[in-house]
Amino acid sequence: MSRLEAMDAIVAEDLHKRYKTVQALDGVSFAVREGEVFGLLGPNGAGKSTTVRVLTTLTRPDSGRATVAGEDVAAHPDRVRNKIGYVAQDSGVDWDATGRENLLLQGRIHRMTGQPLHARVAELLELVGLADAADRVARTYSGGMKRRLDIAIGLVHKPQVLFLDEPTTGLDPEARTAMWVEVERLAKDLNLTILLTTHYLEEADRLAERVAIVSKGKIVVEGTPEELKRGLEGESVSVELQETNGRVADAERIVAGISGSVHIEGNVVRARVPNGAQAIPVILGALDDAGIEVAAVTTARPSLDDVYLHYTGRAFATEDEAGG
Amino acid sequence: MQTVRQTGWMVVRQLRNLARQPIWVVMMIIQPMIWLILYGQLLKNAGLQGHSQGAGTYIEFLAPGIICMNAFFGGMWSGMGMITDLDRKVIDRFLAAPASRLAIVLSQVVRAGITAVIQTLILLLVGLALGVRIHGGVLGWLIVFAAAFLLASAFAGFSNGLALIFRRPESMIATANMVGLPLMFLSSILLTFALMPGWIKAVSRYNPVNWGVNAARNAVVYGNAWGATGEFLLFLLAAMAVTSLFATWCFRSYQRSI
Repeated sequence: MSRLEAMDAIVAEDLHKRYKTVQALDGVSFAVREGEVFGLLGPNGAGKSTTVRVLTTLTRPDSGRATVAGEDVAAHPDRVRNKIGYVAQDSGVDWDATGRENLLLQGRIHRMTGQPLHARVAELLELVGLADAADRVARTYSGGMKRRLDIAIGLVHKPQVLFLDEPTTGLDPEARTAMWVEVERLAKDLNLTILLTTHYLEEADRLAERVAIVSKGKIVVEGTPEELKRGLEGESVSVELQETNGRVADAERIVAGISGSVHIEGNVVRARVPNGAQAIPVILGALDDAGIEVAAVTTARPSLDDVYLHYTGRAFATEDEAGG
Repeated sequence: MQTVRQTGWMVVRQLRNLARQPIWVVMMIIQPMIWLILYGQLLKNAGLQGHSQGAGTYIEFLAPGIICMNAFFGGMWSGMGMITDLDRKVIDRFLAAPASRLAIVLSQVVRAGITAVIQTLILLLVGLALGVRIHGGVLGWLIVFAAAFLLASAFAGFSNGLALIFRRPESMIATANMVGLPLMFLSSILLTFALMPGWIKAVSRYNPVNWGVNAARNAVVYGNAWGATGEFLLFLLAAMAVTSLFATWCFRSYQRSI
């Protein structure tokens, strides 16, 4: 779909936001086309949630401009609120109310009433698979059920744009996969524009048509997952060493001499090379000459992880642990 | 109009959620009775000293006091509901939807008032069984309910403001206690004015808790002095307006901080 055919459902222009000592947003700009699933990918603390909070009118940016569904978030927050659904990172479910009561109240806040409201609520409970649990208090729901209720709450008023802030954080792997299927289905069936934030590479890769990588309050790169991976030339080679201490630094130096782009994770040395098949014997030979024992070697096409590493200079997993 | 409607639905939500906690319901009913009976016994021989003629028994004197104490503490704690909603991100969910900001705050205040009225009804019925008579008749009953509602609401505004500033139960409770306990003892909840030292007597005139106690006690014990009673209720109404504004201001400041 070209830019001329589809309107931009979300436009963020140079958003800045500072919280006391933390520059949460440092010039975030991106656009999301209508009907698109767009992923903001980055570690905790990168500025993803702040971006979502600005776009959902919860937080006022210090500077910059944003429109959602054609409405300016600063000038007409109420119009924006009528057109968006927001599923917060930490849920927003009232634990002491039933699933149905949660949905009814949200509908009433959106000025829905009577039979149409009750019908819509029943429809949504069916849609997210909570019909049987509709009249149980949400306290008794599993994490996955609460999350599905959150999504239903965000959809009560048939919004044009749905914000999903870390939709699968805190879910077990099984519930996470179920949630992915759910989001894929919603995006397809309802033709919603979805802005998704995640710190799971796999999630962005699977759900998002386009991805923007966020780091330190900035978007460092943007594109389809395929484009981003293709943009990185060559392949990635991972060399797992036998020993974990002592020689890792030596190995890093040796591999760096061969490939130039090296990163260490534990006892794994990762390098990006133009051609894996040619590089592996060279790397192994050099390590062997230095007396460093190798446990395993793998080569792979670049992953989003490599993309992340390339654009931020940090491995995704390590930054996530350090972030807060 | 939307604000009124939304306040109503949010009050329904809060009351329903509270009613689903059996322990809370039991405590809400039992605790004020314990106060009434305990203080009624403890101070039976002392409380009325120096009291003017025409007053009945100490329990009759005490009942409106306990009703107000109960309403006042109920209001003081009501910010806990706001903290839970903030923690569970229910408030943020409302804010990203076109929820009336005023309704979010007012629903807490009104809910505290309604809870106090329900407790007051229970206390009055227990009081009747213990020999309390409401000398103000139907108007007397209504005034006691009004005093309880306004007192609880007024302090709920304060409490919710604190909740929005601190956003942590520990800090809110500590502050509520620090402010609340002195206000209780600077009032004639338990003892007559005649027993108070002069400075407390002077200070107590400006104590909203005492406005409620005076109004409720007039309605129960004397059933006259309606003019003064009306004034006390108006003061309480003003206090409720001021604390609700305070809570609304705190809410704005919360919104700016996120």
